[in-house]
Amino acid sequence: MEHYNMNLTLKIWRQKNKNDKGGFQSFQVKNISSEMSFLEMLDVLNEQLINDNQDPIAFDHDCREGICGMCSLYINGKPHGEWKGNTTCQLHMRAFKDGETVTIEPWRAKAFPVIKDLIVDRSPLDRIIQAGGYISVNTGNAVDGNSLPINKDDADASFAAAMCIGCGACVAACKNSSAMLFLSAKVAHLALLPQGAPERHSRVMNMVAQMDKEGFGACTNTGACEATCPKEISISNIARLNLEYLSASIVAEK
Amino acid sequence: MLDAKIPAGQLDDKWTDYKGHCKLVNPANKRKLEVIVIGTGLAGASAAASLGEMGYKVKAFCFQDSPRRAHSIAAQGGINAAKNYQNDGDSVFRLFYDTIKGGDYRARESNVHRLSEVSANIIDQCVAQGVPFAREYGGLLSNRSFGGTQVQRTFYAAGQTGQQLLIGAYQALERQVALGNVKMYNRHEMLDVVVIDGKTQGIIARDLVSGNLERHFGNAVLLCTGGYGNVFYLSTNAMGSNVTAIWKAHKKGAAFGNPCFTQIHPTCIPVSGDHQSKLTLMSESLRNDGRIWVPKNVGETRKAIDIPEIERDYYLERRYPAFGNLVPRDVASRAAKERCDAGFGVGTSKQAVYLDFADAILRYGKIEVGKEGRENVSEEEIIVLGKEVIKEKYGNLFDMYEKITGENPYELPMRIYPAVHYTMGGLWVDYELQTTVKGLYCLGEANFSDHGANRLGASALMQGLADGYFVIPYTLGNYLADEIYNKPVSIDHPAFIEAENEVAKRINTLMNVKGSQSVESLHKRLGKIMWDKCGMARNAEGLKQAIEEIKELRKEFWNDVKIPGTINEFNPELDKANRVADFMELGELMCIDALERNESCGGHFREEYQTPEGEALRDDGNYMYVSAWKLKSESNWELHKEELKYDVIKPTQRNYK
Ligand code: SF4
Ligand code: FES
Repeated sequence: MEHYNMNLTLKIWRQKNKNDKGGFQSFQVKNISSEMSFLEMLDVLNEQLINDNQDPIAFDHDCREGICGMCSLYINGKPHGEWKGNTTCQLHMRAFKDGETVTIEPWRAKAFPVIKDLIVDRSPLDRIIQAGGYISVNTGNAVDGNSLPINKDDADASFAAAMCIGCGACVAACKNSSAMLFLSAKVAHLALLPQGAPERHSRVMNMVAQMDKEGFGACTNTGACEATCPKEISISNIARLNLEYLSASIVAEK
Repeated sequence: MLDAKIPAGQLDDKWTDYKGHCKLVNPANKRKLEVIVIGTGLAGASAAASLGEMGYKVKAFCFQDSPRRAHSIAAQGGINAAKNYQNDGDSVFRLFYDTIKGGDYRARESNVHRLSEVSANIIDQCVAQGVPFAREYGGLLSNRSFGGTQVQRTFYAAGQTGQQLLIGAYQALERQVALGNVKMYNRHEMLDVVVIDGKTQGIIARDLVSGNLERHFGNAVLLCTGGYGNVFYLSTNAMGSNVTAIWKAHKKGAAFGNPCFTQIHPTCIPVSGDHQSKLTLMSESLRNDGRIWVPKNVGETRKAIDIPEIERDYYLERRYPAFGNLVPRDVASRAAKERCDAGFGVGTSKQAVYLDFADAILRYGKIEVGKEGRENVSEEEIIVLGKEVIKEKYGNLFDMYEKITGENPYELPMRIYPAVHYTMGGLWVDYELQTTVKGLYCLGEANFSDHGANRLGASALMQGLADGYFVIPYTLGNYLADEIYNKPVSIDHPAFIEAENEVAKRINTLMNVKGSQSVESLHKRLGKIMWDKCGMARNAEGLKQAIEEIKELRKEFWNDVKIPGTINEFNPELDKANRVADFMELGELMCIDALERNESCGGHFREEYQTPEGEALRDDGNYMYVSAWKLKSESNWELHKEELKYDVIKPTQRNYK
C-alpha cells in the first residue's frame, strides 16, 4: 500500500452548547498521512487549535476500534463516512485525496440534541433499552448453560442482531430520524432465543412506545439505515419486529 | 499490618464456608443502604445490577455517554470457565492451577480458587440473560482453547465476546434503572472519595457536561474503573481509560498493589507513525491458527511471500516446542522483542513480526475437500475453501486489520508487535475485595488480586463478572450489615465540603497554569519514558533515570500545561488534563515498584534477572509477596508486604518448553 500525504479543507459544525444556534467553520490541515485514522486527523487539528489559542473541536470517541459505539460523525453527508460497514474511528485517511474539502457534522435528529460541536445526546437509546431490552433474570437464578440447547442458526442470527453497537447512525441516516433498526436489532436478538420468549410481547410493545415518546420518526422502509450501519445490521430485523409487534397486538386485544 | 482476611480451612471449602457465615442484611434494611458504583464495565455493571436486584439503593457513574461504552466491550477472545463440557480433563482445580502458574506464582491462592469456582456460574448467568455465545450444530455451547492452556475452556461469541457479555450486564443494569433501583449518572467522573473517621461515606463527582461538582453520599463505594495502561500513552485501552478514581482512593489511604505488573499483549497492530493515538489488539485466538515467524537473515528485504520456508524462523515453535505459538502472553511478547532487537524485525519500522495463516488456510481447505470426498482438487481451489473457513472464524478481525493497515491478511501475513494491554496491578484488596480503607471496594481489572504477574487469556472477563455478579453481593453485605445502625451522613458535612473544595482548587490550579504545551504532548512524553524504561524489559539504571525524568516532567506539566476553554462548560481537554495529572504521579510509583522488585516474574522482566536461555528468573526466597504501597507524602511511599503462602500449589519455574 502506497502512503501519501495530503492537505485538506475541513468544514466543521461548531456549536457552543445546546442553546447556541451553531454554524460551520472552515479549517486547513496540512501533511496528513494516509495512514492516519480520521480521528487522528482531528487530533492533529485540535493540537493546532490549542496552539493557536482557539477552542478545540469537541467530538465523541472512546475505544477507537469500532466497537464501543461512541464515535458519531456525519462526514460528507454520510454517518461514519464513505466506507461500508465502518465506524468513524475506523475510517482511515487513505479514503481521501489531497486538496479535498471534508464536511463534518453531528448526528442530526430531533431526539438527539447537540451538546457541543459534534457531540449529541443519545440517552434516548438507553431509555428504549430500559423499556424492555432485556431478559428479566436476576443474578443467581440460572440453570446450567447447556440445559437449553439452541439451534445454531438461531443463535447465529441472534448474535448478528446483537452486534449493534448503539451508535445511532441509523437514526442519523434516516430522513424520518427513525430508530427502528436499533430497536429491531434488540428485539430480534432476544426474540430469536428461547430465553427471550416469556417477555416477547410486552418487550416489543413497551420498546416501541418508548421510541415514539422520545420523538423518533416512523419507519417508511427507505433502507438508509441498513446501508449506513457500521455493523451491517439487516433490515430484515425490522420485518421481524413488525411481526412481533403484530402478534403482540393481537394478544393484547384478546 | 495488611490483613487479607482469608478464611481459615481447606482451600476448596473457604468460599462455601464464608458464604455460610457472612453477615446478611434483611430486605427492609437494604432499601436504606446506598451503594455507589464507579465504572460500568463488566465488573461495575454486573455489581450495580446485582446489588440493585438485591434491593440496595445504587448510584452508578460512568464518564462515557452510556454505560454500554465501557472498554470491557472491546475484549475479543473469550471467557474461561471450568465447565469441562469438552471432556478434556478440565476442572475447577485445573483452572485455578493454570491461573496461578500463568501468573508466575504472584497471586493469592484463595482468591484465584474462588474465581475458578464461580467461573461456571458466570456462563450460566450470561446464557440466561440471552448472551448469544457460539454454539455447535447440536445446539450446545462451543469452546476453544486460548493462549497458555491445554484444555478447551474458553466460551466466546465470535471475536466480540466482551461486547456480548457487557451488553448482557448493561441490559441487566438498565432493567434496574427502569425499576428505580439504580440511578445512572452518565458523563460523570469521580474526582475524590470522601472518608470520615476512616470510613468511606461518598464521593465528589464532576458532571462533564456542565462542569459542576457534585457530592454523593454512599454507605459504600465500589471502584470498578478498569486498568491504567494509558499511563504508557499508547495502549489497547480506550482513549478515556484512566487511573483517576483508584488514584484518588490511593491518595485517601488505599494501598496500591503491584503497580508495575503490566501485561504487554503479543499480537497488536504495530505503530505506524507519530500520529498514532492508540493501538489495536488482534485477538490472541489468532495464535490458534497463525504461525509467528521472522526471516532468518538480518536486514531481509524480500516480501514475506517471497521468503522460502527454510529461510524463516518460527521462533516460538523453535524455542517452546510443547506450547509453540500458544505460549502465554508475557513469553510471546518478550520473544518478539528479542527477535526485533536482534535485527530480525519486519515492516518499515522493523518493529514487527509476521503472523501467518497460509498453513492454516491450506489445512482447512484440505479438510473441506475431504468432507466433500473429492480428489484431484487444485491447490488454488483448496486455498479458496480454506479462506472461507478462516473467514468464518476470524472474519471480523481480518476486516479490522485491513481497515487499519490497508493490507489484505488473506493474501499477506499480518504484521504484529506487542503493546500494553492490561494492568495486573491495582488497588490492594482483601478476600472481600475491600481496600485498606473501610467501605471502599475495588473490583475487576482495577484491583490487583487474581492474575499475579501475568494474566492468562480469557481471564479478565471472567474476573470482572465473578467480582460483580458472585463475590461482591456476599462480601458487601458482610460490611453493610453493621452500617444499618448508622445514619446517612449529610452531604453538607464539613468533610464533603472540604473534599469538594480540594477538587475545585486542583481544577482551578490546572486551568490557571495557562502554559504553552498541550495535555496530549505531555502525555506522549510520559508514555515514552514509561515504554522505554518501565515496559517490556526493565533494569535498575533505567528505572532510576525514569523516576527522575517523570518528576521533572510532572513539574513541567504543572508549570506549562495549556488547557483551553473554561471550567463550567463541556471541556474534554480539561477532563484529559485531570487524568494525565494522575498518570504523572502513578508513573513514578510504577517505576519505584519495578525497581524494588529485584527479580523477574511474569510481565515484570528485569534484565538483570534472567536464566541463561533468557527466561524470567524469579526469586521466591526474597520476593514472594505482594507489594502494597501506601502514600505518605508527595513522591514518598511506604512498602507493605503481603507474604504469599502456597498451601496447595508448589511453585516451580514456569516451563512451556
Ligand atoms: S443498528 Fe447499526 S447504525 Fe443503528 S445503532 Fe445499531 S450499530 Fe448503530
Ligand atoms: S470510538 Fe468506539 S466505536 Fe468508534
